[in-house]
Amino acid sequence: MKFISIDKNDWTKGIDKSREKYQLFGPVKDENGCLIKKLDPDVQPDMGFHESIMSAKSVIFPQTEKILNTSLDESIENHHIMQRAKTDYSPRAVLGIRPYDAKAMELVRLNFDTKEFKDPYWCDAYEATVFVGLGITKPGPFDFSTSVGTGPFCEEGLDILLADLDDTYLAKILSPKGEAYAAACGFDVMADEKESQALFDILRKEAEKNITSSVEIDKLKGQTILELHEADFWDDVAFACINCGTCTYVCPTCWCFDIQDETKQKQATRFRNWDTCMSPLFTRHATGHNPRGTKVQRVRQRFMHKLKYFLDKYDQGIMCVGCGRCVKSCPVNIDIREVCNMMNAYEKQD
Amino acid sequence: MDTCIEKIRELSADLLEKGEVEKVIGFAKGTIPMATSPIAVKTKQDVDKLVFNSTCGLNLANYVSKGKGKIAVIAKGCDARNIVTHIVENQIQREQIYIIGVPCTGMVDKHKIAALFEDEIIEFSEDGDTLTVSSLLNTQTLKKYDYLKGNCLYCTHKNPVLYDVLARDLVEEQKLDNLFPDVDRIEALDEEAKWQHFENLTKNCIRCYACRNACPLCYCPTCFVDESSPQWVGKGQNKTDVNTFHFLRAFHCAGRCTDCGACVEACPMGINVRDFTRKLNKDSLELFGWEAGLDVTKRPPLDTYRPEDPDDFIK
Repeated sequence: MKFISIDKNDWTKGIDKSREKYQLFGPVKDENGCLIKKLDPDVQPDMGFHESIMSAKSVIFPQTEKILNTSLDESIENHHIMQRAKTDYSPRAVLGIRPYDAKAMELVRLNFDTKEFKDPYWCDAYEATVFVGLGITKPGPFDFSTSVGTGPFCEEGLDILLADLDDTYLAKILSPKGEAYAAACGFDVMADEKESQALFDILRKEAEKNITSSVEIDKLKGQTILELHEADFWDDVAFACINCGTCTYVCPTCWCFDIQDETKQKQATRFRNWDTCMSPLFTRHATGHNPRGTKVQRVRQRFMHKLKYFLDKYDQGIMCVGCGRCVKSCPVNIDIREVCNMMNAYEKQD
Repeated sequence: MDTCIEKIRELSADLLEKGEVEKVIGFAKGTIPMATSPIAVKTKQDVDKLVFNSTCGLNLANYVSKGKGKIAVIAKGCDARNIVTHIVENQIQREQIYIIGVPCTGMVDKHKIAALFEDEIIEFSEDGDTLTVSSLLNTQTLKKYDYLKGNCLYCTHKNPVLYDVLARDLVEEQKLDNLFPDVDRIEALDEEAKWQHFENLTKNCIRCYACRNACPLCYCPTCFVDESSPQWVGKGQNKTDVNTFHFLRAFHCAGRCTDCGACVEACPMGINVRDFTRKLNKDSLELFGWEAGLDVTKRPPLDTYRPEDPDDFIK
């Protein structure tokens, strides 16, 4: 594996150089908190250890995305025939993300990029993107990443993993995409592989030691769906829920979307928007019937999907990377860690 | 804050034991610092789960709905005003609800406190008017008054207006010369700056609808933004659609909003949602002498007509 040492004095110059070929995204802090945004030419990513409210998923899967459009003007050829919308898929790099946000992309990929079906919008954006993570040296109190198999220095899905060494960033190049990006920045000071890996290992272990939060997931696989579905705790879990979309929108692994058509004069556009299983509309049929018409059914669905159905279907662990964003942002403090532990420990009472 | 939690638990246990209510709706301890979670306590054994402190900023009137049995609810000044509004708007009958009133000394602004720290807060405690807040990097001792939620700062109804029992003595209401200095500041802006203020306010909105769903007033069976035939508003992140949601929701709350601040409390993006409703509250007071949720016998100004209603707008 290749390691590059980046003097922090050269960092800004380097990433500015990369803007010639790449659109940049990264953490931006404003008065309301830290978000991952597209960076204007004069904006630098905030590489402090701010925990962004939203994950990096919107870089690949925007909250609102034009997918198809057509003209309703019958005098034009191909009117009313939907064509793929023009989207800029030139190379982009997302900088300074939490490492497990990239692992989340790998989980989401199981849905959007399969042998049978390829979602062209997601796949093209994914192909165009370089993921540059920043190892978390001071994990926050909500971070339970190690117990779900990711962790503060998780490399899966990343193209480059940076370690902050005060005056320098030590960059571990994890893919050809990452290598190309480092070259575009002009970062070329090679670091000794053995020493660098040893340093990464020390930092990772130190960071993992500082993680105070965890979940138990060992028995989830052995639970039966129907028993968990009928468990006695769902009413209590759901009571406080206000059915907003916060947990699903801040989640790096929630992938559900809704399709909407809009017209403006003779121009018709098909969009897709993030959807949330917390909303009654998510499952309401055209007949008016709603198979998940109650709050408790919806809350149960979210946790069952993330912690049981996904696990059973893909055998790739649970659909959660342990970032803790939903724990922190839920307006009524419904805590996935508690629910996960309850599901894990559940034993049917006869 | 004297959290008076022992009294709340004692009253709740008594009501449940005597079978006077089916459940008591209150707040439970949160799993993270500065968080509490609404809970329905159904047995005497569970009353120990109830807590009350300066982080109970949500409005429990939002959890009160028409049902068969009688329910008790822990009500701060603003929760009680929304219960009154619920009664006036036929969302619940007075006799269905037992109100355990809690005279309130204000709730804390979690975003304002979080902004003091570089890293995440790991501990929060309070003793009277002193807050002690720690992150991994440092600990700060704060005066609660300096970190009150915006709505608590201008609150003149800390005491519940309607209750069956009080969990502690009534507190002194503050006398303010100006109830709306925040609105005045926005009104003083020129047209463009005013528009920009509201544009900025919604720039990070993710349309999760936490503000709407935390609001006791938002009980419409189908909200206008969720209607599909006709569809009144686009569902994406188009700025006009995002603003339309906020503007229309605010107007739907005109003359009904108690300024409880649950919308701000719930917003994951730290948007001061009250900036949309406050001007309408000010107008209600100035034009109709009206503050919502004070009297179960009075109809709100926008669904009544009085000959003396202002009509200057007719030229």
